[in-house]
Amino acid sequence: MIELQTPISEDQIRALKVGDEVAITGTLFTGRDAVHKYLHEGGKLPPGVSFQGGILYHCGPVIIKDEAGNWKCVAAGPTTSIREEPYQWQVIRDFGLRGVIGKGGMGDKTLQACKEYGCVYLHAIGGAAQVLAECVKRVPNVHFMEQFGAPEAIWEFEVVRFPAVVTMDAHGNSLHKEVLAASQAELAKYL
Amino acid sequence: MNLLQDSLLELIRRTSAEIPEDVHRAILAALERERKGTIAESAMKIIDQNIALAKNKSQPICQDTGSIIFYIAGPVGLDQIAFEAAAKEAVKVATKKGYLRQNSVDSLTGKNDGTNVGPGSPTLHFHQHRSPEVVVRLILKGGGCENVGAQYSLPNEKLKANRDLDGCRKAILDAVLQAQGKGCGPGILGVCIGGDRATGYEHSKQQLLRRLDDTNPNPDLDRLEKDIVEIANKLGIGPMGFGGQTTLLGAKIGVLNRLPASYFVSVSYMCWAYRRQGVSLAPDGGIAAWLY
Repeated sequence: MIELQTPISEDQIRALKVGDEVAITGTLFTGRDAVHKYLHEGGKLPPGVSFQGGILYHCGPVIIKDEAGNWKCVAAGPTTSIREEPYQWQVIRDFGLRGVIGKGGMGDKTLQACKEYGCVYLHAIGGAAQVLAECVKRVPNVHFMEQFGAPEAIWEFEVVRFPAVVTMDAHGNSLHKEVLAASQAELAKYL
Repeated sequence: MNLLQDSLLELIRRTSAEIPEDVHRAILAALERERKGTIAESAMKIIDQNIALAKNKSQPICQDTGSIIFYIAGPVGLDQIAFEAAAKEAVKVATKKGYLRQNSVDSLTGKNDGTNVGPGSPTLHFHQHRSPEVVVRLILKGGGCENVGAQYSLPNEKLKANRDLDGCRKAILDAVLQAQGKGCGPGILGVCIGGDRATGYEHSKQQLLRRLDDTNPNPDLDRLEKDIVEIANKLGIGPMGFGGQTTLLGAKIGVLNRLPASYFVSVSYMCWAYRRQGVSLAPDGGIAAWLY
């Protein structure tokens, strides 16, 4: 397990390779369909929010307010990333992301952006909403709550040892491409 | 709040937080099968931890608490309007309590009113039977796995799939290949051969009400179900598409008549977070027994 602390340097990211298991400590920002479309169309991040050296998490969490009025993360697994494929490369380029967490992998445009700008795609375990919510120690802020609704808002998560696997690295390798090609070849034997 | 509404709320809570026992056993077997020290094994371990944690904390296994699909079988004279009203109220309360995510969006405006009640949500399928008992089953099906569902119209030249069982097999295996890990595998397939475009998908979802360890009464379909699981698990897609031994935990195949002009194979993919539960209700609306 490789420990990563945000903000992350380009060198650290370029040292990672497909198949590495990582544990992330620091800040994650959630962002999914509405956020990507908004940023793609020239939208600005809210004041005080910066993705530089940071990690964006494709996640629409379940959040409730506890008795003291603080946000509490109840469930927080990854959502399918491929929907952000048209936009992700641009968000990586323009906002200085070093990592994108999601599930299911992404396509060539994102893979190319990872290589060019120094970023990795990190696969979290889809459906493991409780294990991952346990890693979220605090939810200090939320942005665009009114505009996009709770699942689509940008939530700030303070996380400790959030587990993920590098499935697309900054060297042009994608586990998803490898597994697709191998499984396709294997299936051909049985048809 | 009436007793029926209480029962439906408890059904939602338990469905969202607890994996049925038959599915849990299949997941534990899959964890055993993965090679030690691989990322596939790591993934299955996290899945297993997640199942325990969700149950202990009584919180959603997965944050995508999915489409809310009720299947109700009841006697002639069951007040469906009152039942639907109780179900909608239970959904609203379950959402406030965090058993369900605010998960229902107006498709035109993009607005989410945070209640989970709106056109098509929840979905209720009523069915009459001769017994006085009311039986309610619930499936919560997340969007990630719903998105990798597929419907094939045979013949399909690209797949070399003709209008026969072998053609169905090719279509189903293609659905597994296309899904890769994107539907949160290891997954479970519900399949319908025949029907029209709507009834085919609907019947494929109903297959997911079957227990994983049951046997298809039709021997041809039973063989096909076993064959699909065996071949899928040789493909090396594995948990989350990380590569590995288990791609499918099960496949359940049903059949409907078709028109001479149509031959659909409809495949619904269910993620490992297989949220399916059911209750039979006592005459007062309380829970008499759990079904899974």
